[in-house]
Amino acid sequence: MKKITLNVNGRRRTANVEDNEILLDVLRDTLGVKSVKAACWRGECGLCSVLMYGKAVKSCLILAVEADGAKITTVEGLSRGESLSPLQKSFVEHGAMQCGFCTPAFVLTAHSLLTTNPTATDSEIKEYMSGLICRCGTYNQMLPAIKEAAKHYRKHASDDL
Amino acid sequence: MGNEKTRTRYIGRSIPQNDSPLKVTGTATYASDIELPGMLFAKLVTSDRAHAKILSIDTKEAKSVPGVVAIATGSDFPFRIGIYVGDRDLLATDKVRWVGHPVAAVIAETLQAAEEAAEKVQVQYEDLPAVFNVRDALKPGAPIIHEHMSEYRVFPAFSPVPGTNIANKFVLKRGDAKAALDKAHLVIEEEFRMPRVSHAFMETQTVVALYRRDGVVEVWSSLQSPFAARYLMAQSLNMPVNNVIIHHPFCGGGFGGKAGLGWEPLVALLSKMADNKPVKLILSRKEQFVSAAVREAFIAHVKAGFEKDGKFVAYQADFIMDCGGYGDYTVNVSRTTGYAADGSYDIENLDVTCRAVYTNQVPTTAMRGFGYPEGHWPLEQLLDRAAARLHLDPVKIRLVNLVKPGESTTGTGEHLREDAGDPRRVLSTIVKELKPNGRIPESKEPWVIRARGFALNVKGPSQPPNASGSSILKFNEDGSIDLLVGTGLFGQGTTTALCMIVAEEFGLPLEKVRVPFERGTDSTAYTWQTVGSRGLFVDGNATLGAIREAKAKIVEISSQVFRVPKEDVVVRDGAASVRGRPWLKIPLSDIAMAYTYPNGNAIGGPLIGTGTWTSVLNSYLNPETGQGIPSIFHTFGGTGVEITLNLLTGEICVEKGVQVEDIGRVINRLGVEQQMDGGMIMGMSISLWEKMQVDGQGWVTNPNFSNYYIARMKDMPGEIRKVAIETPQEDGPWGARGVGEMTMISVAPAIANAVFRATGVILRDEPMTPETVWLAIREQRPDLLEKAMKALGGTSDTTHLQRPLVRVKSGQNETS
Repeated sequence: MKKITLNVNGRRRTANVEDNEILLDVLRDTLGVKSVKAACWRGECGLCSVLMYGKAVKSCLILAVEADGAKITTVEGLSRGESLSPLQKSFVEHGAMQCGFCTPAFVLTAHSLLTTNPTATDSEIKEYMSGLICRCGTYNQMLPAIKEAAKHYRKHASDDL
Repeated sequence: MGNEKTRTRYIGRSIPQNDSPLKVTGTATYASDIELPGMLFAKLVTSDRAHAKILSIDTKEAKSVPGVVAIATGSDFPFRIGIYVGDRDLLATDKVRWVGHPVAAVIAETLQAAEEAAEKVQVQYEDLPAVFNVRDALKPGAPIIHEHMSEYRVFPAFSPVPGTNIANKFVLKRGDAKAALDKAHLVIEEEFRMPRVSHAFMETQTVVALYRRDGVVEVWSSLQSPFAARYLMAQSLNMPVNNVIIHHPFCGGGFGGKAGLGWEPLVALLSKMADNKPVKLILSRKEQFVSAAVREAFIAHVKAGFEKDGKFVAYQADFIMDCGGYGDYTVNVSRTTGYAADGSYDIENLDVTCRAVYTNQVPTTAMRGFGYPEGHWPLEQLLDRAAARLHLDPVKIRLVNLVKPGESTTGTGEHLREDAGDPRRVLSTIVKELKPNGRIPESKEPWVIRARGFALNVKGPSQPPNASGSSILKFNEDGSIDLLVGTGLFGQGTTTALCMIVAEEFGLPLEKVRVPFERGTDSTAYTWQTVGSRGLFVDGNATLGAIREAKAKIVEISSQVFRVPKEDVVVRDGAASVRGRPWLKIPLSDIAMAYTYPNGNAIGGPLIGTGTWTSVLNSYLNPETGQGIPSIFHTFGGTGVEITLNLLTGEICVEKGVQVEDIGRVINRLGVEQQMDGGMIMGMSISLWEKMQVDGQGWVTNPNFSNYYIARMKDMPGEIRKVAIETPQEDGPWGARGVGEMTMISVAPAIANAVFRATGVILRDEPMTPETVWLAIREQRPDLLEKAMKALGGTSDTTHLQRPLVRVKSGQNETS
């Protein structure tokens, strides 16, 4: 057992973790951050993606102890209350989700892409998002949703999103 | 998409699903997110043998793991259940039937403890001869997988054959196929195959169950059909149906795989064993692949007879489906494959047999469109083959054979109603959008061929004839409405479409109509199941009934208030008013809870509308001939593709897709587009890459997403054109028919037809992986391969090549 500290969506959280415990389980089960989904537990589907220091990572491939002290952002951290972030709004307007189980991971991963590359081309977006699986096949709605939101990221490239 | 016909407020417009804000903020609660106070965790112990007698199960060491509460084995649950054939144990009783068969379940305080203990459960087996393919399973003397078949409870529509491995045999007969084949100008005989595929819904099956101390069972499950689950559970637990409450939270994908019998009864009984504490079972991805049910594999031996002018005169088809260890839902897949084998064509002579056969493989169940992807894979390829042999255009041969609504009779003897749809317009629309005969730009690399192909489809819901649905509309103080319907919610968007219908009918803003997202069987209206693209049609019709009833009450009250005949009252724009005297108007909010006169007298009461829908036309099919009326509607449609085929690697890329469906009436345009795109992408993924690989001992060797490849965003076609044709069906809600499943059916044959058209290469097997395609090219068109090798500047001698030059995606090669 080791005590770790995480900054989750701006809040300081601590947890006692086993050496072999993965960040995914600590976030979901210990800290109750349920937007982080588990679907393959081996880094193949990307649904447990979170932002670690702003970069999208698969939380099932990271040991909780490795994340000690890290700044973690989950999809809950992108917006407050009833207002949605521009990316979330764009996902809703384009119908970029069906069952919705993969949606938090896709939104976070797209956010990670657009903060570093707000001028991403179609093929760059497709490539970047291809670490994730949407079985409902809503890719054709997600692509325009991400492109539309990119405008906002370009406008605010210097702001801290 | 089609044009607006009348001015509507919502019908036909694009509306995001009303649960989107919850999904996009990660605040939609799925079964896997549910935690109850004192909740325990279950872990399955599964078989490592394909077919073996269980000699003993030693749980002593496992029970000593700290935190373990109880361990259940098959002998704790000595009964069988199933939706159509009661052939399933909750846990294996006397023997195991496949590698992955659940043998025991450990309940512990933490998942870690349950997992640790599960590994310590010792099972002693005595191997039995196993059988892994249907042809062996049908041989005389083959090992029998279900010895007690004659004791199973069987739904009336099915015919298992005790003493064999046949779980169901369906026969469709019309005319004299043999005689017609003897006389036919052209006969094509062929064998087609499909492998097992996984639904791979992203949320694995998850159940939280609480067996309460008052004898009531509460379940929160990731499932499609809460009411079917409730009924099966009550049956297997031998308790009144209303003592089972199935809560239906958000569900992370279904595609048919969460429609049949799930894990609910097992987990409920585990809760009972664990001193009535709540228990959660969440399948691992590997368990979802090998211990749950997947889509069946099949072999189809077909013989098709054509006249010189392309007339399809006779079709003989023998489908053998590998249903694995349990046949449960697959018996209905075999029935549907049989009765729908003639697709959208008028074939005078039919002789179709479809058998579902037990093997020692992973059991199987329904999957998106079931019965129709199976039948269309051979059928639509045969039409293109016949066209080529008869020097006809693939469009022309279809025009010769397509059914004519209003005139034709289907293979099961159903007179096709005039408003069933317009298959000819579907075809002409595909031609317009795809231009299959137009000039195709040549590829820059001479070893890459660009090609176009298409295939048609038809589908109706496959359900028992008496499958019904209901709907309740409850008005609130401000005239807003809660709509209670039982149709499940796992991404299809049916409930949003139903809200749109209600809002349209009353002239209310959409946000004033809600279907609760998370529903329980004790608090919502009944519907049989959420399958077969039946939801909008059945629950939509029931909702229209509820709307009519509520409107009648509103009219009754307002006619008294206005002192006018009922015929003069209209309900629109959220109010009741008098025709021709618009100043006489009462907003619905003033009637919803009772209309109050100025003196305080009140009439009416809280407004509720109820509606039901049951088909009056359907029947069981004749067991000898398959004749009867199986479907409540038929949606005609089709898929076109433009592909590139790399001759050197065998890789197929879908560059452009065309999806056309005659869905009667578009309710939510965005919802229709989501289904058309999703069906295209899932269809492409299954037809090009997906296959569960099994070794000689019955082990699935690729139960994960590295070795079982699923389409990613980079794989989607550059363009998907989507056209909804609107030939309204008189008894459909606003004229609508279902669309969800239809969109996947003809993707695979469209791709195969494109390859055939450009190269003459016949693809008999799904998936069309680079390796299988390359081997087919080498076998059937070595000249093309030689030319391509030369163009690359290499040797033209291909005889030494055993494999394509490059492997394109991990896990999709047979031998990897």
